[in-house]
Amino acid sequence: MPPSHLSHWGLLITGDPLIYGADASIALASIAIVYVLTKYKKWKWLWDEWLTTVDHKKIGIMYLIAAILMLFRAGTDAELMRTQLALPNLHFLGPEHYDQIFTTHGTVMLLFMAMPFIFALMNIAVPLQIGARDVAFPYLNAISFWLFFFAAMLINISFVIGGSPDAGWTSYAPLAGSTFDPGPGENFYLMSLEITGIGSIGTGINFLATILKMRAPGMSLMKMPLFSWSIVATSILILYAFPALTVVLALLLIDRVAGAHFFTITAGGNPMMYINMFWIWGHPEVYILILPAFGVFSEIVSTFSRKTIFGYKSMVFSLLLISLISYFVWAHHFFTMGADASVNSFFAIASMLVGIPTGVKIFNWLFTMFRGRIRMKMPMLWTIAFIPCFTMGGMTGVMLAAAPADYQYHNSYFLIAHFHQVLIGGTLFGMLAAMYYWWPKVFGFLLDERWAKWAFWMFNIGFYVCFEPQYVLGLMGMQRRMYTYPSGLGWTDLNFISTIGAFIMGLGFIFLVWDIIYSIRHGERDLTGDPWDGRTLEWSLPSPAPHYNFAVIPHVTQLDQWWELKQQGRQDELRPKASDIRPIHMPKNSGKPFLFGLAFFVVGVGFVFEWYAVAVIGFLGVGALLLARSFEAHPDYHIPVDEVVHTETALGRL
Amino acid sequence: MKGKQQTRRLLTYAGLGAVATVMLSGCGAQYQVLDPAGPVGQQELNLIVASVVLMLIVIIPVIAILVYVVYRYRDKPGNTAPYDPHFSDSKVLEVIWWGIPILIVAILGTETVRTTFQLTKPPSNATPITVEVTSFDWKWLFQYPDGHVATVNYAYIPVGVPVNFVLTSDAPMNSFWVPRLGGQEYTMPGMAMTLWLQAAQPGVYYGHGANFTGRGFSHTTFYVTALSMDKYQQWIAHVQQSAPALTQTDYRQLSVPSVIGNETFSSYPTGSFENTVLRDGGQYMAESMQMMNKLHPGTGSGSMPSGMTMPTTTTTNKTGHKKHK
Repeated sequence: MPPSHLSHWGLLITGDPLIYGADASIALASIAIVYVLTKYKKWKWLWDEWLTTVDHKKIGIMYLIAAILMLFRAGTDAELMRTQLALPNLHFLGPEHYDQIFTTHGTVMLLFMAMPFIFALMNIAVPLQIGARDVAFPYLNAISFWLFFFAAMLINISFVIGGSPDAGWTSYAPLAGSTFDPGPGENFYLMSLEITGIGSIGTGINFLATILKMRAPGMSLMKMPLFSWSIVATSILILYAFPALTVVLALLLIDRVAGAHFFTITAGGNPMMYINMFWIWGHPEVYILILPAFGVFSEIVSTFSRKTIFGYKSMVFSLLLISLISYFVWAHHFFTMGADASVNSFFAIASMLVGIPTGVKIFNWLFTMFRGRIRMKMPMLWTIAFIPCFTMGGMTGVMLAAAPADYQYHNSYFLIAHFHQVLIGGTLFGMLAAMYYWWPKVFGFLLDERWAKWAFWMFNIGFYVCFEPQYVLGLMGMQRRMYTYPSGLGWTDLNFISTIGAFIMGLGFIFLVWDIIYSIRHGERDLTGDPWDGRTLEWSLPSPAPHYNFAVIPHVTQLDQWWELKQQGRQDELRPKASDIRPIHMPKNSGKPFLFGLAFFVVGVGFVFEWYAVAVIGFLGVGALLLARSFEAHPDYHIPVDEVVHTETALGRL
Repeated sequence: MKGKQQTRRLLTYAGLGAVATVMLSGCGAQYQVLDPAGPVGQQELNLIVASVVLMLIVIIPVIAILVYVVYRYRDKPGNTAPYDPHFSDSKVLEVIWWGIPILIVAILGTETVRTTFQLTKPPSNATPITVEVTSFDWKWLFQYPDGHVATVNYAYIPVGVPVNFVLTSDAPMNSFWVPRLGGQEYTMPGMAMTLWLQAAQPGVYYGHGANFTGRGFSHTTFYVTALSMDKYQQWIAHVQQSAPALTQTDYRQLSVPSVIGNETFSSYPTGSFENTVLRDGGQYMAESMQMMNKLHPGTGSGSMPSGMTMPTTTTTNKTGHKKHK
C-alpha cells in the first residue's frame, strides 16, 4: 500500500507537482483576467453587460463559455487518468490523486459541463424558436446561472484548497460518510451539487412555464419545433427528478456534519436508501442529458436535408414516452445488490422498453434524410456521426439491461465504454452539432469549416480508438476505478490503445477551440440572419437578434413557418411593420442574482469546512437579497416605440 | 467527401468486426466473461450472445440505411435521386419500426426473465456447500463452515458442486466478482446475501472487488482455485492440521485498513461471520436476521452462537477506523 504522499499546509494542499501546477495556473489566469479588465477599463462593461444581465441570449453565452471551460477541466482529468492507465503499475498518479480525479471528472462532466451546455442551448434557442421576447422569469433565469457558476467555482477550488471529493461521482454512503471519508473533500461535492441543483430546478420551472405560456399566437403545441418539445420533456424530468437529489445530498450532508444516521447502518440507517434516491434522480438525469440532443438532431436533420421532419407526431410521442419510462428504470444501476428476481425482471424489462421509442426516433431521422437533399455542413456531420455511435451505445445499453448479463458487466469497463458512448456519442455530439448550428445566430458569424473538420475527425477517430477497446477490457474482467492494474492479465495492449485514443480526442478539442479563436477574426459574417436556409422562427431574425428579439410578435399558422413562407416567397410577412410596433415590456438588469450566487457560495464554503459562522453569514445574505427583491417596486421597464423603430431601421428591417 | 464517407464506413465496420471477432473466435481465457468455467457464467454468456444477435437485427439495417441515404441523397448538382420535401408520413413504415423493436424487446425480455429466475438458486438435485465471504478494507476473508477453516485473499472450492457464497462486508460495500465462474454480487455491511457459483473444471480463477472502496481498492484481488472434491477435502484436513488458528485479535486486525497477502487459518472464532453481520447493522434488518437463522441450521454447526442473541455486547470489540457513537 503506497503511503499517502499529500500533505496539507493549512488548507492548501502541498507536496505534489500537479497541484503546484494547478495553483500556478489558477493564479496566473486570475492575474491575467484582472490585468486585462483593468487595462482596457472593462470592469464597468463586465458588470453592466454580463454580470447583471437578465437577457436569455447573454445568459446562454455565459453558460456556453462555462461549459467549454469545464469540458477542458474535466477533459484534463480524463487525460491524466488515461496517462496513469496507459501501462500497468505506473506511479504517475497515486491512488488518492486518481480517486479524486475520477470523481471530479464524472461530477464536472455531467453537472458542470453537460448541464450548462444544455442550459446554454435552451437559453439561446427556445425563446427565439417559440416567438417570445425572453423566458417567463428572466430574473430567476439569472439566479439559476449564478448558482451554477458559483457551484462550479466551489468544486473547482477543491483541488487546491482542502482536497477534492474522492468517493466517485455517485458518492455512495457509507464510503462517502464521515467515518470512511473525513475532511472537506466530500463536502465540496455535496454543497456544489446542492447549489447547482437548486439552479437547475429553477431552470426547469422557467422553461416549462416559458414554453407552455409564451408561445407566439397560433403556435399550438403540435406546431412547435421539436427542440422546444424536447425541452418540455427535459423540464418535466428536471422538475420531478432534481428534488430527489437535493434531498438525498442534504441527508448525507447532515450525516456528515451533524452526526445523523440516515445512511449509517450500524446505527439503524440504511445506505440502500441513498442508492435508491440517488438513482431516482440519476436515471432521469441521463435522459435530461440526452433528450435536448434528440431535439437538436431533429432540427438539424430536417434543415440540412431540406425536408419536413419524418413522423412529427411519433417524435413528440416518443419524447414523452422516454421521459415517462425513465422514472421506472432506476434499479438497473444496482441489479447486483441483492434485489429478488421479480424486482430485477421488472427493471430489466422497463429498461429495455426505453430502446423502443429511441429506435423509432433513429428511423425517423433516417427517413427525414430519405428523399431529401443532404448538405454536409458541420451540424449535419456531427448528426451523421451521432447515428451509428449512439445506436451502438444503445445496443450495449439494452445488453446491460438484461439483468443476469449485467452481473458480468456491472462495475466493469464494459459499463464505462457504454455510458461514454451514449454520453459522448449522444449528448456531446448533440451539443457540438447545436453549437455549430446556432453559433451564427448568437454571435453573428459562422465557425470556420476547415478547422472544424479537423476537430470533427480527430474527435471521432479518437473516440472509437479510446472507447471500443474498453468494452473488450470489461469482458476481460477489468474493473472501473482502479488506479493501476497488474501486467499478466492481458489488459496492457488495449489500455495503451485506449490512451492513444484519449489523446487524439484531446487534439480534437484543441482544434475545436482554435476554430473558435480563428473564426472570431476570420469567420464568415452572417449578414442574412439565415445562414443555413432554416425552417424555424429564430432564422427570421437578424444575427445576433436585438435584445427584445421580436419587434412584433409573429403569428404562426404551421410547423416550420419560416421555411414554408420562404417557399411561397412570403418571408416579408415576418418582418415588422412600423405601424405594428408598440412599446416593449422588458425586465431591468439586476446585480442581485450575481450576489445571490455569491451568498450561496459563502454558505457552501461554510458547510464545506464546517465553519458555521460563515454559513450563517451566507444565509443572511441570501435572506437579505430575497427581501430586497420582494420590495423592488419596478423591476421592469418599457422600450419606447422610437427606440425599437430606430434599432430595426439600423438592422435594415424597416 | 466520398473518401471521408468511406473512411467512416470502414471505421464502423472495423469496430463491429473487432467486437464480432472477440465474440466468436475461440476466446482465450483472457476474455474471462466470454470463456466461462461454470454453469452460471455459461448461462450469462448465452444471454449475452442472444442480446448481441438480437441487437444486430437493428444495428445493421440502421448503419446500412444511413450509408445508403447519405450517399444517395447528398446535395450535389446533377443528383438525380428523387427530392420530396414533404414526404414526412407513412403509417406502414411507422408500424414497422415501432413493431420490430417491440418484438425484439419481447423476445429478449422473456429470455432475461427466464435466466433471472433460473439463476436465483442452484438446481435442486445438487447439495451446495457454503463459503462465507467478508470483504474488508482491502482484503477478503473466506470462512468454510464445513471444515471450520478460513483463508484470506484466496479460496478453494470443489469442482462440480454448487457453492453458496454468503457475502457481507466489514467495510464500505464491495462487490464479489469471479468473472470466469459468473457475475458479481455486492458485499454489504449488515447484510448477508448469497451468490451461487459453480466450477465445471479444475483451475485457478481471477477474482476482484468490483465496487470502489477507497485507496486500496485496486489491490483487492483474490484467486479462487477449483479442485476435485477429494483434493478439496484433503486440503481442508491439511489446513486444519498445519495452519494457525484465527484468533479474535487476528480478526480485529483484519478490519484495520491495509493491503496484505494470502493467509490461512485452521479455525476461526465460532459465529464470527454472523456477529459481523449483526454488529454492522444486521440487528436492524429483518432480512439479515432471517438469513442468519436460515444459514446457521443449514450449515450444520448446531445451535446459534451466543454472540448472535446479544449483538450489542460485541460492539465493544470494535476498533480501528470505525466511529463510535
